[in-house]
Amino acid sequence: MSETQTSSGAATLELPEGVPVVEFKDVSIRFDVKPVLHKISFAVERGQTLILLGPAGCGKSVLLKLANGLLRPDEGSIRIFGQEITTMRDRDLYAMRAHIGMVFQESALFDSLNVEDNVAYRLHEEHVPEDESHARVVEALKFVELEQAIAKFPSELSGGMRRRVSIARAIISGPDLILYDSPTGGLDPITSTTIIELVMKQRDVSHTTSLLVTHRLQDAFTLATHRYDAAKGMAPISKDGPERGIDDSTKFLMLNEGNVVFHGTTEELVRSTDPWIKEYLE
Amino acid sequence: MALVSPDVFIKQKIAAVQDYAVLAGTAIMDIFTGPHYWADMFTQMDSIGVGSMPIIVLTGFFTGCVLALQSVTALQQFGAVSKTGSLVSLSMVKELGPVLTGLMVSGRNAAGMASELGSMKVTEQIDAMRALGTDPIRKLVTPRLIATVFMLFFLTIVADAFGIMGGALVSIYLEGLNGSSYLHSSYQNLIHGDIVQGLTKPIFSGFIIATVGCFFGMKTTGGTQGVGRSTTQAVVVSSVAIIVVDLLVTRAMIGIFGS
Repeated sequence: MSETQTSSGAATLELPEGVPVVEFKDVSIRFDVKPVLHKISFAVERGQTLILLGPAGCGKSVLLKLANGLLRPDEGSIRIFGQEITTMRDRDLYAMRAHIGMVFQESALFDSLNVEDNVAYRLHEEHVPEDESHARVVEALKFVELEQAIAKFPSELSGGMRRRVSIARAIISGPDLILYDSPTGGLDPITSTTIIELVMKQRDVSHTTSLLVTHRLQDAFTLATHRYDAAKGMAPISKDGPERGIDDSTKFLMLNEGNVVFHGTTEELVRSTDPWIKEYLE
Repeated sequence: MALVSPDVFIKQKIAAVQDYAVLAGTAIMDIFTGPHYWADMFTQMDSIGVGSMPIIVLTGFFTGCVLALQSVTALQQFGAVSKTGSLVSLSMVKELGPVLTGLMVSGRNAAGMASELGSMKVTEQIDAMRALGTDPIRKLVTPRLIATVFMLFFLTIVADAFGIMGGALVSIYLEGLNGSSYLHSSYQNLIHGDIVQGLTKPIFSGFIIATVGCFFGMKTTGGTQGVGRSTTQAVVVSSVAIIVVDLLVTRAMIGIFGS
């Protein structure tokens, strides 16, 4: 694994061919005596978006925290960028997280910092010069169409705006992997669509590998069947084209009671004959 | 609170002590390795030191006043009213100054740390900090630890000075003692060991306030109710620990200096 510097100043990782960005092997975790995830195995290739679906409390957010090393599993192996993180020292984990962006369920903005300082948090930690930091913050806020809120504090923002600031904070360093924990949770349908468009924009413009947790099927299928276009914005993928209306890079992982019940493409998901999946999708 | 079996209860308590030891140990180790968050440390020094000054001045002053009043009454029985200054200064410097300062700062700052860090914990801000590549112990706990230990040392000196001053005012203006005699006996009877004893205690108290406050904040669960619970626990545990450690330090100092 090596690093290269991009024009934005962010370092990107170069993985050897065939090494998945995220790889879970037989991962289990329990809280006290309650098992949360049981023998979870899957892999996410570079440029892929994996949508984690499942009912509330099935372990989706826990899985995301495991992928970022915020929780350690009881059993199994988790490899991120080809490196085993279950046995990694904290100091190395902090260094690795420079390549991972995370959007939290409730945004998790630092309420004592304004939008600019929240978005620039990682840059300040890396001692990026103030001029460069400001320029990159403005660029990230433009991406989420929120540059007018640069001086505001989180308490002055709506739920949707907080989520967009959280996305700007996650993407500012040009991460190689983005983890979205229910980015549309608790938002109205119109704001949810705006957030999904941003996720899609990041996927289609930067081709960043991502894991997205959601329990909103509509958001999941919008991501799987639409593509971001610089001119038109979010647009459905043509059903007459080679992709037949589905984005190839978007895959699904369904969890139920801590177990994987489905892992595959959009087409395989909608054609699944599993009664639980059919009922869930209906 | 859910009822648990005795073995689970004991295991939970041992795990909590272990977690506390790890947090305190890591915070100390982080002092000697970079990166350091100097700006956060100075902010905490301002909040803990300058912010606590009014309550410390008032507490020290009125404690000195009361001590002088009580001492004069008691010493009159033995015809030793002239020793009032000595009694007030020794009591303030060796015991009341350090302990009361510790307790007041504990009530103000251990509670503040637990509620601030607890709120950050329940709103996932601490997880966000870790996800952004920052060690929360290094960023949040170590600056508070250094700031509390450093500022409590000086706050204790302020409390001692205002206590002796309060005692002087009561002795001179209410009890009609000679001012020169009061001040003379105040410092004449203070020896090196008394000062060392009085200024060693705030180092331990500062450590307890910062680590206990941050520990309860960082392990907060259960939303806003959990923040309230952590805040109460932080104040109770740190206050009791300050008094217990005061006894141990006093015993150790008597062993070293013999008085």
